[in-house]
Amino acid sequence: MKKAVSRRKFLKGGLAGSAALSLTTAKRSEAKSFEGYPDAMGVLVDLSRCVGCRSCEAACNKEQGLPAPEKPFNDYSVFDEIHHGQKRRTDETRYTVVNKYEVPGMDHPLFRKIQCNHCQEPACLTSCFVNAYTKTPEGAVIYNPKVCVGCRTCMIACPFYIPTFRYSSAFNPRIMKCIFCYDTRLQYGKPPACVEACPQEALTFGKREDLINIGRQRIRENKGQYVSHIYGEHEAGGTSWMYLSPVDFDEVGFDTKVPKEPILNFVKDFLSIVPMVLTIWPALFAGIHLLATRKDAIKTKEETKGDK
Amino acid sequence: MKTIAQESQEIPINDHVQTDGTRWKIKEKLFLGLSKEEYKAQAMRNPVNWVLFIIFLVGLPLLATRYLGGLDTVTHSSNDYPWGLFLGFGLFGMVPLSASGFLLGTTVEIFGRKDFVPIERLALLNGLLGYFFAVIYLEVDLGMPWRLPYPMFVSLGPAAVLFLVAWHVATYLSVQIAEVAPSLFEWMGWLKAKRFIKSITIGLTIAGIILSTLHQGALGALFCYAPTKVHPLWLSTNFMWIHFFCSAIFAGLSMVIVVSTLCKYFMRWRCDERFLNAVDPLTVALGKGCAYALITYLVIKIVGIAHDNEWEYLLTDWGFYYTLELGLGALLPLILFTVGVKYGWPNVVRTAAVITVIGVVMNRLNTSLISFNWNLYQEIPRWQEIWITVTIFAVYFITYRFILYRLPILYEWKGEK
Repeated sequence: MKKAVSRRKFLKGGLAGSAALSLTTAKRSEAKSFEGYPDAMGVLVDLSRCVGCRSCEAACNKEQGLPAPEKPFNDYSVFDEIHHGQKRRTDETRYTVVNKYEVPGMDHPLFRKIQCNHCQEPACLTSCFVNAYTKTPEGAVIYNPKVCVGCRTCMIACPFYIPTFRYSSAFNPRIMKCIFCYDTRLQYGKPPACVEACPQEALTFGKREDLINIGRQRIRENKGQYVSHIYGEHEAGGTSWMYLSPVDFDEVGFDTKVPKEPILNFVKDFLSIVPMVLTIWPALFAGIHLLATRKDAIKTKEETKGDK
Repeated sequence: MKTIAQESQEIPINDHVQTDGTRWKIKEKLFLGLSKEEYKAQAMRNPVNWVLFIIFLVGLPLLATRYLGGLDTVTHSSNDYPWGLFLGFGLFGMVPLSASGFLLGTTVEIFGRKDFVPIERLALLNGLLGYFFAVIYLEVDLGMPWRLPYPMFVSLGPAAVLFLVAWHVATYLSVQIAEVAPSLFEWMGWLKAKRFIKSITIGLTIAGIILSTLHQGALGALFCYAPTKVHPLWLSTNFMWIHFFCSAIFAGLSMVIVVSTLCKYFMRWRCDERFLNAVDPLTVALGKGCAYALITYLVIKIVGIAHDNEWEYLLTDWGFYYTLELGLGALLPLILFTVGVKYGWPNVVRTAAVITVIGVVMNRLNTSLISFNWNLYQEIPRWQEIWITVTIFAVYFITYRFILYRLPILYEWKGEK
């Protein structure tokens, strides 16, 4: 009787286990084909319209309450700043930066604004082991400083070099990055501060889907004025912020080697071996143990027999 | 200590009772059976302690500034290189060198090779301390070190590779504490606890293999998050985990060879006959394991290049450096191990082991720092960062020595056990 009960219990446990397992696999296959939230918003940046006035930088600084910069926002000598051979990048005092690019064969320079691109399947989010990042249905990738441990894996994972760390603080460090003005604007349906500040309409705010159509239309209607590619439509699995450029993207500082799939895909090979190792190794090594110590086991058995 | 051990009958302590029949107290055991004055005198005589003193003299204030002033007081606080030397050496370098615990555990307990018993405990201790100090290095590097348990209990991100690393390192640390505990229990004379651990050894060992396979691999897989940043020669997104796991095998074995060599020459007074007689043949036997792992590693590294069709990179400067790393860090020791094993020359095997240890650390630094951002610029750590790294390593050294001086790791406990 006792045996039967325990067997039934065992079966129940097994059923529950396999049910849980199938649930998790179901979730996973859903995640495989995630193509972003349907109503996610985005911004289309048109490099041909940007004049490098840095209004967006100033607006961002004010909206996000960031510290005042060393040089004022109307000082254009910042475009010549070079650190380690690199143009300016985001850091703990600025979530967005505009850089100037002299393109050979063009009579005027081009400007490129960088900020978080708000990926559909963000590498920062998927690499975070405390779930500090959230991709909101509105399209923003936001960050929760209350749970962050400061391991900085998100900075390793971001293919666009966007998240930065407040290294200067010993007791209150955190990741500093653009959050699409989610707290103050996006969640109420309003465009981010930088978009509103742009005097050139270089930044277009709208539904990501619509923006892709607008982008294609601009490429189609202005023959020869744009390269036929929307940067961010597929890069890193698709981003909410996208770019149009009149010249090849690598000429204006874009990394064109960023894969056209989510960064997470590169880690899946490893993630898939985890359950296999967890289940196969115990049996495999217990088996090897039994095989390897078989002779000893027989020996002791015979010895005890002899004692009898 | 050497001279004291030669002159005295009772020192080094290896039994619960003294020759006159009275039992050692724990406090006396801690002081190695010396009086306080004697203990102080032997510590002052040791030149190694003076070197350590100088390291701490500069290192401890630096650590204090790091914790009071923020990471930017001692590092370049780079947003392009979020991970520096603390993790590059401390985590990615120390963990493979500490694979020894699970390797020797498997050899003895699972494969039933009881002839490795004299060196098993040293390997287990080496594993435990290496992991423990990898966590210490992590605590130096983390922005909010006081939140270390967050990924376990407060906010869980189970789909991340680092989540697996955190959980596995934590569980494996407990497993290793349990595996090393019997020597502590023998020393303390708490036999009940020792027998309990003994009864679950097989389970612990198998748990150790699983956890080690996965987190050694996971450390490699972490770099798969940066497919555009790590140089393609050092990153094989499909095989990264197995490259890291495989190199951990010869790294761990080589580390045991290196440490046992140091013990043989500099801590001879603490070793018993059994250890001293076994260490040479066991060194050769471990060398054999290293040779097998190394040849496998070399082949799968080449498979990695072939799989991604990266042959053309080999002709660049990076390719030259890569070939140098594999040639000096893997091929050269492979040849030395093979020769050493074939002719039974323990000292050749030892030389190979030293080179291998350096080679593995070089590989991890190359992956995490040198070839990272290969398209941008080179990050050279600040001297403060290097000094703190050395300081933590010095603490590791002292702890290691403290335990070896006392617990029955290099010798068998004579009293009841």
